[in-house]
Amino acid sequence: MAAKSIISRPVYGTLSPQPGKHHLFIADAEGALAISDMAAKAPAGFFDGAEIDFIPGPDNKHVATLKALKPAQFHLAPSFASLLPRLKQTLGNAHMGLRLYLAGTEGLIGQAMQVALEAGIDHTSIQTEHRGSLARRMQCVHCKGITENVTTQPAACSHCGLLLLVRDHYSRRLAAFQGVCINAEDRSEIPPIEEAFP
Amino acid sequence: MSTGTTKLDVVVSDVVPVNELVTCFHFRRRDGELLPTFSGGAHVVVEMRDGDRTRLNPYSLMGSPLDTREYTISVRRDDVGRGGSLFMHRSVKPGLEMVISYPVNLFSLDLRAKKHLMLAGGIGITPFMAQTAQLAGEGGNFELHYTCRTASLGTYADVLRERYDRRIRLYHDDRDERIDLDRLLSTQPLGTHLYVCGPAGMINWVRDRAAALGWPSEAVHFEHFAAPQPGLPFDVTLAVSGKTIRVDEQQSLLEAIEAAGVDPPYLCRGGVCGQCETNVISYDGKFIHNDHWLSEEDHRSGCKIMPCVSRFEGRSLVLER
Repeated sequence: MAAKSIISRPVYGTLSPQPGKHHLFIADAEGALAISDMAAKAPAGFFDGAEIDFIPGPDNKHVATLKALKPAQFHLAPSFASLLPRLKQTLGNAHMGLRLYLAGTEGLIGQAMQVALEAGIDHTSIQTEHRGSLARRMQCVHCKGITENVTTQPAACSHCGLLLLVRDHYSRRLAAFQGVCINAEDRSEIPPIEEAFP
Repeated sequence: MSTGTTKLDVVVSDVVPVNELVTCFHFRRRDGELLPTFSGGAHVVVEMRDGDRTRLNPYSLMGSPLDTREYTISVRRDDVGRGGSLFMHRSVKPGLEMVISYPVNLFSLDLRAKKHLMLAGGIGITPFMAQTAQLAGEGGNFELHYTCRTASLGTYADVLRERYDRRIRLYHDDRDERIDLDRLLSTQPLGTHLYVCGPAGMINWVRDRAAALGWPSEAVHFEHFAAPQPGLPFDVTLAVSGKTIRVDEQQSLLEAIEAAGVDPPYLCRGGVCGQCETNVISYDGKFIHNDHWLSEEDHRSGCKIMPCVSRFEGRSLVLER
């Protein structure tokens, strides 16, 4: 569970069934369990109008659990990038009344929310639940490159190589935490690198 | 204290009857300068000095926000109300000097919306006059569904149809025309925001259906100025200022507090903005809550009241004011 800090740091809740007939779930890895936990509280027939798009973790677990919920549509994707065109098309054709549920890693929740915001969904109306890794998507504020799956503090930018302090300062527009050079005065000064976002 | 309600000295520049119930009033600044800019959905509070009584009623601005040479409001005559609308209809003539508040917007457009779906009932059309003008100037995507009792009471329906053609849909009660609300709400593209202004029953109906059909509350906007209702007179003790006052039949609690020389904050005077929320210290009797601000729990608990629109019946009421 992510700790609370500055106001821009996203806070996640617990998925709960919303009113309406159309429900779109986007989840990765352990996020599947947030959906199956919520299903226990959902009214009968809830998944008749639901689509689940799932990106399994490396162990390929939980696929059967989600299929057992019998959603109207079930779609497996190997990565978020491969899911993106489908997600954009689904949201582009959707009507008001579609509710969005995001569950899993912060990177997945953030990137799916970024697409949803562009489609006109208010971020406060999206159900989110964080499960699994705390790894962060980070933007280097110096070269603007995005580094995925950052688990250490500080962390090296995968584009320009600067050593960055991974801040709690988050951008919904970029779906990334901000990374700021930690040793700008003296690049030879290397602070200890710790596993901060397991 | 009247938070945010800096005053404007204006003169009535025109009075135009629109139909048998509605009259349109135009205001210009007395010093000839431009009026403050506003956005579609804003209202002003008009001070009506009627002998030794002063009424303060909110009205939506209905002119184009692109033109601030004058403000226009429309007033529907209410023969059984507390007399504000009758005063406007009978006593306000071109050339009269009046005082109005700066505009305040509690019903603004969410300009992030991909589309704006507007539902108006009766005189609830007025804020949409300004909002449609604002959106049309920006090339915005909107659609307005307007329900009125009869064609002749469809205030500004002709103007709107001429300006925006098929973007305006009219429904006449006397022809038994009804909005197919569920269908309308279920066929809107993602990113649509819904705006509703009209009688309380219509607002509740639309909000309930929208919620049931999965519309998030962030995308549903509504405005309903509850005119203060007349009622039985009652006595109130103002604990902070150490005064005991009587609220007359035709007076609102807020007006009675102001008449006693106490100056509580206010903004909309219609039970929606929350500025005049007042703590109840003790009471023996029952509240008649008419606001849209407090939660149902607040209403039940008896610990808060909105003096702009709500009343009290009973033996004693002590307010923290």
